[in-house]
Amino acid sequence: MDLTFSPQETAFRDELRAWLADNQPGEKPPADAGEDAQFAYRREWQRRLYDAGWAAPAWPTEYGGRGASQSESAIYFEELGRARVPFAANTLGLLLGGPTLMVWGTPEQKERYLPPILSGEEIWCQGFSEPDAGSDLASLKTRAVKDGDEWVVTGQKVWTSGAQYSKWCMLVARTDSEVAKHKGLSYFLMDMEQEAVQIRPLRQITGEAEFNELFIEEARIPDANMVGGVGNGWKVALTTLMNERAGLGFALQIRLRQLLDDIIAAAAEKGLLENPLYADKLAELHVRCESIRLLAWKGLTDAERYGQPGPEGSLVKWLWSDTNQRATQLAVDVIGPEALVTGTGWSYELLRARGNTIEGGTTEVLKNIVAERVLGLPRLKVSA
Amino acid sequence: MDFGLTDDQRDIQRTARDLLAERATFARVREHAEAGTTDAVLWRELCELGWPGIAISEENGGQGLGTIELSILCEELGRTLAPVPFLASAMAACVIEQAGSPEQRERWLPGLASGETIGALAGAVDGTAELVIGGAEARVIVLVEDDGSGRLLAADDAEVTRVAAIDPTRSAARVSASDGAGEALEDGCPGLGRALVAVSSELVGVCDRALEMTLAYVKDRKQFGVPVGAYQAVSHRCAQMLLDTEKARSTTAFAAWSADANPEGLAEAAAMAKAAASDAGREVTASAIQAHGGIGFTWEADVHWLFKRAQLDAVLLGGSGRHRARVAAILADRIGASTAA
Repeated sequence: MDLTFSPQETAFRDELRAWLADNQPGEKPPADAGEDAQFAYRREWQRRLYDAGWAAPAWPTEYGGRGASQSESAIYFEELGRARVPFAANTLGLLLGGPTLMVWGTPEQKERYLPPILSGEEIWCQGFSEPDAGSDLASLKTRAVKDGDEWVVTGQKVWTSGAQYSKWCMLVARTDSEVAKHKGLSYFLMDMEQEAVQIRPLRQITGEAEFNELFIEEARIPDANMVGGVGNGWKVALTTLMNERAGLGFALQIRLRQLLDDIIAAAAEKGLLENPLYADKLAELHVRCESIRLLAWKGLTDAERYGQPGPEGSLVKWLWSDTNQRATQLAVDVIGPEALVTGTGWSYELLRARGNTIEGGTTEVLKNIVAERVLGLPRLKVSA
Repeated sequence: MDFGLTDDQRDIQRTARDLLAERATFARVREHAEAGTTDAVLWRELCELGWPGIAISEENGGQGLGTIELSILCEELGRTLAPVPFLASAMAACVIEQAGSPEQRERWLPGLASGETIGALAGAVDGTAELVIGGAEARVIVLVEDDGSGRLLAADDAEVTRVAAIDPTRSAARVSASDGAGEALEDGCPGLGRALVAVSSELVGVCDRALEMTLAYVKDRKQFGVPVGAYQAVSHRCAQMLLDTEKARSTTAFAAWSADANPEGLAEAAAMAKAAASDAGREVTASAIQAHGGIGFTWEADVHWLFKRAQLDAVLLGGSGRHRARVAAILADRIGASTAA
């Protein structure tokens, strides 16, 4: 057991830290500046990262990355979180789209799509979930029908972050309705710049619109834009989903750490750390936060060293989301009613945290995954 | 970063697990628990293997291995509820080694390392500890007051009254010492952090076993034609048991590593570990009884031994509330220090 970074990892961290210290993004646009201003700000930030070779250190060097190890990649996200910089504009392309293409894409696809993902010239979004296919993703209904060397796609997608800025959509559609539901799916890269794709912003409980609905009416996708072959969409989608939790988790965990540090500092200032009720709750959050850090690192390094991830992966997101909700709720008690004024970071975090136990796998689904795949419990057969 | 054990540590773990699976079956545990005896044959065997001295330095007669190795043994002993006075003795040795004078170390540690001497350690209020695990057999007893001051007592220097605790797999006693009795230990009782790692490790083992038994039961037990473990009300409870166990395991591993490699971080890490492990011990073993249904409430289903062990360990050297208060105090100190600087 050695819970310190290796000299190489420390050097990686120090280099990044030094670069971040010299390259802070400019002033964040005010909260009421609107989505477009926020997105432009993140796009500019990705350009800075890209120019310095920091856009996607985990990508292999042949694709413009640094070939960073998983641990270094985790350090990368921890440091970005610590520096409180925004996420890159094309986070979905960098974390999900690129790595999926590296596994499943043809040489032509890799050559065509990877460079503009990295530079942020082409933004990517994810078209997986549908109004009737959330946790049960494989039951999705969007259809793709072959027409010459094109596919004609009709259907509806939901929770599509950044759709209005995107050039490409990672789209999973049904190409065969005769076979078992997982087997009839295919994975496409759909050009968002066509009339047949209509985007409607989905206003969320925070008031902002991170997400969109997509209405797709006979959109056309060239056959060359299929990834992984006909009927292989479920496997390709799983690659995308596996990447969803890997890196970002470390950044989110550090953000929780900072939020908690802010709450503890505010509590200390008000003398609430001497109040046993607050002290107990804050200490519990601190223990949870440390446990999340340890479990996240254990899951990652065990997978890296021993090729086998432990049960930690499924537990970290569950524990993180629950803890973030508790922390943002306790913050209201520590700060006082003014934390509930619209426009404050506290009120935003309180509302945004409600999404944490839903997005990227609801807590209920995570518990199912833990029960079935980690604990080996039988699955209740639900009649269709 | 590497959370894995070394080959040697893995060997210790495997050897301990194999040995205890054979020697400390629930049938044996039950036999001794019902008779109110410790397993002298097993204890002798563990002593011959050098277990009691695993983390005691070689100059004091031990094997000179680290807190991680101690933690491994405690976890395995916790998994099986072996009716031996290991934990109490090991905790006493941790404190005597770090808070004792050279004379005290020389007098007590070789015996504690060989297992010939049995020790005990407990939190006390004004010289009295109401429930000292292993206290009835101990020849040397360490009492630690809330303010961190500690006293070392030969059993003859204290009033020791055997009590029957709900966990009969180990002896227990009420220990009371008059004002002047015994010898003072170094202020703040260094070594307590390692003792906390030991008891937290045992709790992790108890949780691990409780989950294992529960999983076996809910996969086997059928109602309405399906294994009860297929119902989400049951399977999600099991998932929660795993989460609680892993929270305790990760913080305990961190504390064990801190004790050996980063001592200045031990006070905080040990308090976090004991807070997480105390809560997990109670929750996980209570869930185990619940998931076993009616059978879980019977004497013959062995799951109650785990609940009882967890109850005693959870309050040993302070429960989760006390340790969270300690964590909060450390956080407050840190903020105070950074504000002052």
